Amino acid sequence: MKIIKDEQIIEDSWRHITDDEEIGSGDITVSLSRWNKEKKVLLAHQGKVGVRIAPTDKIEEISANLNDISLVAVELPVFTDGRAFSHARLLRSRYGYKGEIRAIGKYIPDQVFYLHRVGVNAFELENTEELPLALSTLNDFTVEYQVSSN
Amino acid sequence: MMISLEFSLGISEKHLMYQYNDDDQTLINERVTQYRGQTERYLKGELGEDEFRTLRLMNGLYIQTHAPMLRVAGPYGLLSSKQLRMLAHISRKYDKSYAHITTRQNIQFNWPDLKDVPNILADLASVQMHAIQTSGNCLRNTTTDHLAGVCIDEIEDPRPYCEIIRQWTVLHPEFAYLPRKFKIAVSGAKQDRAATQLHDIGLHLIKNDTGEIGFRVLVGGGLGRTPVIGKVIRPFLAKEHLLSYLEAIVRVYNLNGRRDNKYKARIKILVKESGIEQMTEWVEAEWLQIKDGMEVTDSRFNEIKAYFIPPAYEPDAEQDKSFDSNKAQSTAFATWVKYNTADHKIPGYRAAFVSLKAPDSPPGDITDKQLDAIADLADQYSFGEARNTHRQNIVLADIKQADLFDLWQKLDALALATPNIGTATDMICCPGLDFCGLANAGSIDIAKEINEALDDIDYLHDIGDIKINMSGCMNGCAHQSVGHIGILGVDKKGVEWYQLTLGGSSENEAALGERLGPALAKEQVTQAVSTILKIYIENRLEQEVFLDTVKRIGINPFKKAIY
Repeated sequence: MKIIKDEQIIEDSWRHITDDEEIGSGDITVSLSRWNKEKKVLLAHQGKVGVRIAPTDKIEEISANLNDISLVAVELPVFTDGRAFSHARLLRSRYGYKGEIRAIGKYIPDQVFYLHRVGVNAFELENTEELPLALSTLNDFTVEYQVSSN
Repeated sequence: MMISLEFSLGISEKHLMYQYNDDDQTLINERVTQYRGQTERYLKGELGEDEFRTLRLMNGLYIQTHAPMLRVAGPYGLLSSKQLRMLAHISRKYDKSYAHITTRQNIQFNWPDLKDVPNILADLASVQMHAIQTSGNCLRNTTTDHLAGVCIDEIEDPRPYCEIIRQWTVLHPEFAYLPRKFKIAVSGAKQDRAATQLHDIGLHLIKNDTGEIGFRVLVGGGLGRTPVIGKVIRPFLAKEHLLSYLEAIVRVYNLNGRRDNKYKARIKILVKESGIEQMTEWVEAEWLQIKDGMEVTDSRFNEIKAYFIPPAYEPDAEQDKSFDSNKAQSTAFATWVKYNTADHKIPGYRAAFVSLKAPDSPPGDITDKQLDAIADLADQYSFGEARNTHRQNIVLADIKQADLFDLWQKLDALALATPNIGTATDMICCPGLDFCGLANAGSIDIAKEINEALDDIDYLHDIGDIKINMSGCMNGCAHQSVGHIGILGVDKKGVEWYQLTLGGSSENEAALGERLGPALAKEQVTQAVSTILKIYIENRLEQEVFLDTVKRIGINPFKKAIY
């Protein structure tokens, strides 16, 4: 499916696997609890591994493993849940994470600008038709009052 | 379309208020463009109702009973004459020629058309105004003392700090989707006139033992359904750490505040459920991680302070003799001076309150003509500047005593000189059932009734200092729980009932009012208020104000007389 990554619309093949799904092949993301439980197996996986951070997850739980994690997906189960914004900010500014931070879940193009500013660099939208609009919002503001993590 | 209207800018204006630079202006212009796009997408059906709701709220737009309501930010209450004229213009062009001043120093329009709002925002942007974050679950407009910079009990002028906070809050990317709304108030004086103890964060400017300026930081205050008085989270914060400490508190709240129940989502509930000790531990730990590198530098403070340097006061203003002779000759003028003006730090000057509590007009409402006239008076007498107050009036803060008589006559001709500031008819009142989609009961009509019952001005003045706050629902927009007399409208099976409380206060000795007894029927409310005032008069000791009498004798004598 198509996503935005580093300010471009690209084809993407990451799979978000559930806790009881076979790991299979290719690049995958798992929940934080699966990561904590199956770290060894996941580190031996052929493809790249990412971790999904739900709003209630503690971001510091992956802080020691960030070199092994190619992607952190911050989740917005509803678009009004703003915890993903703090998670992304902490990943970049406190833990110095340089890999991909991807926003997943039920958010809207109008939130992409702020997500980008707190350090999210990839956007997976449920409605891929909105990707061009989402991309265009990155130019909504040319000035800002706060430090950005992008 | 951007409207360009030529208004005279008082030369002194730029010394009294923050003035936008190119970046500030670009930011609000871009916000207008963004919101225009969102409105168009909504009207075309491309943006869902819930999504647009959240986005429009963050631009101050509610959908009310009759029409949308647009809340415009009054940055810590300050308005220039040019901005006042623009508000008048907007009220004429897009509304019904009046506006409403809120308890958080903002301005509301009750009848705009949803499709016109982008144009209104463009008009506002042309005078350095906006409606950004005046609603929604985000960082709201910062409020402060309406006598900032002029009062006699000031430790430090809070306005530069408010401006620094304003810039930090505006479009803060991390904190736009908080569990619930978040309000910050700053006080720089000994007397708290900004209800700081009833804000999510209250900041008191103080001096420590070594004379260094900093903040006492309070957290978790709030009104609404569960009124709570804020608790001290840090007794002294050096001023350079202002923004890192705010960021630490809001981040802890964003990550830990409840999101399962909107009535338990304010930071006050997090503080209550976790305890202030735990909350302090979280915040301090977070702050230690971010404080280095986020300091506000001295040069930054000085840059902002330069916008608030005192205007060119006349050194001999106190020499004037006309003020005393006018007071001696006109009792009405002397009465107005007594109630509607406040002491000023510069001899020969006073701050004058423009009363928006005339007996026959809804509390806090102001017409386009009055707005234009206040703009003219501000230009003529007060360096082109005015302030909205927490109690829904307007202050002209820098009036020479020699000008007070003229000012009074002109205000009187505009029905803006009712000498009732701080008295029983200076009520805080929400729009109630008449306008608000949330209200359960009317409030404006009861305010009118109370005004009629207290139409004897001598009696009103004899009652003296008393704050009556009345809200039409549990959300408590009119701060009834901290009114000396609080009136809360509730709905019981489709009938309006009113719960009375006594002894609340939002000032230094902040307190929540005590419930007087069962709710009263609408037709009993005014009589009950009259009875409360009568019991006070009968029981007060010499010079004792209402609140002190209630504290001394308790609520039982009042209860007995009413039930």
